[in-house]
Amino acid sequence: MAGNGDGVTLLGYWASPYALRVKWALKLKEVHYEYMEEHLPDKSPMLLQYNPVYKKIPVIVHKGKPLAESLVIIEYIDEVWKHNPLLPQDPYHRAKARFWAKFADEKCVPAMFRAFSKVGEEQVQAAKELRENLKILESALEGKQYFGGESIGFLDIVVGWIGCWARMTEEVAGVNMIDADMIPLLSLWFQKFLELPIIKECLPPQDKLLAHTKEFHKMLTMAALT
Amino acid sequence: MLLGFWFSPFVKRVEWALKFKGIEYDYVEEDLTNKSTLLLTSNPIHKKVPVLLHNGKPIAESLVIIEYIDETWKRNPILPQDPYERAMARFWANFIEQKVTKSTKEALVSQGEQQEKKVKELKEAMDVVEGEAKAKLNDKTLFFGGGNGVGYVDIVLGWTCNWMETIEEVGGFKVLDPESQPQFHKWMANFREVPFIKPTMEPKEKLVEFFRMLRQDRLGLVANK
Repeated sequence: MAGNGDGVTLLGYWASPYALRVKWALKLKEVHYEYMEEHLPDKSPMLLQYNPVYKKIPVIVHKGKPLAESLVIIEYIDEVWKHNPLLPQDPYHRAKARFWAKFADEKCVPAMFRAFSKVGEEQVQAAKELRENLKILESALEGKQYFGGESIGFLDIVVGWIGCWARMTEEVAGVNMIDADMIPLLSLWFQKFLELPIIKECLPPQDKLLAHTKEFHKMLTMAALT
Repeated sequence: MLLGFWFSPFVKRVEWALKFKGIEYDYVEEDLTNKSTLLLTSNPIHKKVPVLLHNGKPIAESLVIIEYIDETWKRNPILPQDPYERAMARFWANFIEQKVTKSTKEALVSQGEQQEKKVKELKEAMDVVEGEAKAKLNDKTLFFGGGNGVGYVDIVLGWTCNWMETIEEVGGFKVLDPESQPQFHKWMANFREVPFIKPTMEPKEKLVEFFRMLRQDRLGLVANK
């Protein structure tokens, strides 16, 4: 990995979308960091020391000070490295970006997880809820190329991973999550976003992720049936 | 303009932020059973209060609103200036929302085994809060905002000062314990006395009556008349 000139270490997990978001933020800001892979489910003493409250990745350590929670980390990165701003400058647009980030994390992600981990009627309902909430999220694009406007910004990197994970879980869980007819603009945006070189190069290897997702799905649905 | 409900701790937070900054605002009391057109058009996604309208533009979600207020009116900063301290304030606000506020809400509207589970989670979260209070507060530093007095974390946690006891009574559980949470109780006592906070505390009986109705409604119980 590149040198540690900026004094940043990122503790992550290769299959974690939350660690991925932080990687994207660091990449967009051209911050050099040292990456340390956690071998989950075993948690390193370093992780437990740096994030005693949640004991989860991602955690960044900057100049010896640790920070957890991906959205908190991303805003921190945006404030410390001021070039290539992620959040808009205007307070009202910043508020809108934060509002939609919260909506995606609280309304779309849990529904996606339920559609992935449940079976039967519960799964059907969860997938429906996800499709409806993605439709609502689409309105935040407001006819722009990206959520950030002409180029990607905060909301793009917060939400973009859903496109990759949803397609994978559609295949594994056998349920429709991204309905291109229902959300044509968002569908297109997912495609464009995930093809951007700077975004694509951080994605975990897709075949490895698919295998991992299949195994995770088996484990969760067996638990749901017992 | 602020759209709110008198009983909502989320609305109260936003009022505290506005008062802290000395910002004049028009308060509009919404009717829970008959939401205004203004509310429904200003927050079509969630249809909830609080909603702040500034120059005709609506902002929803209490924490998002408070950051907006802090960025728009620069006097009396609510969030710390230093990026790391700001990040830690956001981290704790997030923890409070996910682990304290959410669990309290869920304990209020549940019963039996489900409620027991939520109360246990809440107790664990309060242990973490007490730990943070022990680490940050002392005789000289009364608030999480540090040397500047009340700050973001205080405003986000502040609802516990008035609402926690109410919800305990209505929900029939106990989480507050002065013996195991001495620093937190000191902080609550100090927060209640802050001059711009004190007059805003709703009378407990009024809150108990309202939340009792809310719990019964959610549990589908017959209301006690």
